[in-house]
Amino acid sequence: MSSDEDANDYFEYEDDGFEDDEMDQEAPVKKDYDVAYNVKTLSQVIDMQKKAIANIQTVLELDASTAAILLRHFGWNSEKLQEQFFNDPSKALTDAGLSPPSSPSAHTSPLLPPTASSSTPPRITRSSKRVATPATTRSRSAVSIQTSFECPVCCIEYPAASLSTKTLALGCGHRFCRDCWVEYVVGKIRTDGESAKIQCMENGCHRIVKGSLIDQLVDPDTSQRYRKLLNEAFVSDTATLRWCPHPGCENVIECSQAPPRMLNQIVPTVTCGCGNELCFGCGFAASHRPVLCKLVKLWQKKCADDSETANWLQANTKECIKCQSTIEKNGGCNHMTCKKCKWEFCWVCMGPWSEHGTAWYQCNRYDEKSGMDARDSQAKSRASLERYLHYFNRWANHELSAKLDADFYKNTEKKMEAMQQSGNLSWIEVQFAKQAVDTVIRARITLKWSYCMAFYLKRNNQTELFEDNQRDLERAVENLGYLLEQNPEPDSISKLRADITNQSAYVQKRHDILMDDTLKGYLERRWEFSVDI
Amino acid sequence: MAALPKRILKETERLMSDAPPGISAAPNNDNLRHFDVTVAGPDQSPYEGGVFKLELFLPDEYPMNPPKVRFLTRIYHPNIDKLGRICLDILKDKWSPALQIRTVLLSIQALLGAPNPDDPLANDVAQNWKEDEKAAIAQAKEWTRLYANGE
Repeated sequence: MSSDEDANDYFEYEDDGFEDDEMDQEAPVKKDYDVAYNVKTLSQVIDMQKKAIANIQTVLELDASTAAILLRHFGWNSEKLQEQFFNDPSKALTDAGLSPPSSPSAHTSPLLPPTASSSTPPRITRSSKRVATPATTRSRSAVSIQTSFECPVCCIEYPAASLSTKTLALGCGHRFCRDCWVEYVVGKIRTDGESAKIQCMENGCHRIVKGSLIDQLVDPDTSQRYRKLLNEAFVSDTATLRWCPHPGCENVIECSQAPPRMLNQIVPTVTCGCGNELCFGCGFAASHRPVLCKLVKLWQKKCADDSETANWLQANTKECIKCQSTIEKNGGCNHMTCKKCKWEFCWVCMGPWSEHGTAWYQCNRYDEKSGMDARDSQAKSRASLERYLHYFNRWANHELSAKLDADFYKNTEKKMEAMQQSGNLSWIEVQFAKQAVDTVIRARITLKWSYCMAFYLKRNNQTELFEDNQRDLERAVENLGYLLEQNPEPDSISKLRADITNQSAYVQKRHDILMDDTLKGYLERRWEFSVDI
Repeated sequence: MAALPKRILKETERLMSDAPPGISAAPNNDNLRHFDVTVAGPDQSPYEGGVFKLELFLPDEYPMNPPKVRFLTRIYHPNIDKLGRICLDILKDKWSPALQIRTVLLSIQALLGAPNPDDPLANDVAQNWKEDEKAAIAQAKEWTRLYANGE
């Protein structure tokens, strides 16, 4: 093959690559198993709440803070709220911690001066539940001169003249001093992390402290925390919303196509505005495709339970089976060459690498027949541990490879620089290497989870097909990883570039096949698992 | 030690001068936030005739946070465990700063009169209570006689 032809090959691929990229950005191809979703910013989430509140406000003819408390009580379920409110407004209001509206009482207890001023919200006059005390019959002017007030919480006495500035009561009429209110509300927000359900201080009183009052009482910092907690409660109450789990990201994903009952047939992987992937179904902070959320949870629990044994068995180093040199894998592919004796072997199965390049590649497949021979329970449990370790080791191995991402990128970057210098290539012409690394890493994550999948699959023909796809992808990835480890020599760069580009496209194809087939398999109910899903 | 808040002083004063029937609570001389408490078993309960010792501690955050209360006398009760810890909502999430030491102690006394095996703290006791209430009550009476005799 002449170098001109090589160059043509390469350009063809490069063009393809660019087209694909553009396609991805402009019109992402939606597959059967993908879900539609929106990424919302925090301010959009706040707007959603405002909109819902405004809607209820109009429909039920209430003020905004009452509508907000009702919505929070009903878990932001507008339909349920409207239904219950139309059935029995006073019950709905009382349940939500609000007293039903009533005409302002002519009688006023001494602890409830209607002259409630700046520090006391006006709703104080709407109180309907009053504790009858002998004082209620006295005239107000006489009371305000004679009666001082002792706060039931701190027992400090307040002269009548300072009642309106130093003390306050919610609509329920339970009066306490302002200082105690502040301490109480700040404690609820800061220590208990409460927001929508902060109730009156009186024992057994379910009256909710409104947001506007909380803002008046607490410092700006606590107020901000209160608002944040309210947003968190809104998102966790709304089934179609989920926070992005990635650190520092405040986005929320909205998706109505992945309710819990669907999670036995879809894996709703979404990409947040911050660029990271997450699972909308379970909140896992990365893609765990093609494995169902429930299996991921089971797998993680199992790994946590058995990890000590696995750790003990799977040391960080392995010994070369030919010369017993201790070998540490510090990145790259699973095709190992012993520095001392030049023995080539597979890091995963420790078998000779020569077998891996041929059609009888069996590294990915655990031979279940050996487990059948187990006669007594001890042998059975050993077999089950071995079976688990088989999958766990392969899973962990890809996990480890993924953790070495940063090094992989760094090494590749160095090589890209070298290629630019020695091969007279432009910056854009060496990007194929970075793209290939992206492909390898993505495929490794899928491979990692494919071992979790295989662990739970029952042995049948479908599983064999799955493992065939898995094997093909794994072999392709190892080949590509091996190519990327090569040091580019000036005279072989163009060949290496063509090889990598070819292999990268092949890996991509194998990856898509595995993913498509597995995810479609859920919809077609093709997979049978050894556990209940 | 910082001076006691007015609220604690007032409560202490009232507990000393006007304690609820069957209940006594006196602050420890070394720490005025630490109370030595006795509660008499309610009439018509398996704990009738018993005198139960408890300790009660008012944390710095009191009354914003509930007091810490623990039985010192052994007691056979589905909501009180071996260490004397008490499962009572007002000592946990249902605490209100408007509640007081006396109301807490009255609630504990009421809990002795109305054991709730459906919300257990001592699982073995609760199970016994549900499976064979008669035997459980006999056991509670026996423990009251053995441990809550005021010695």
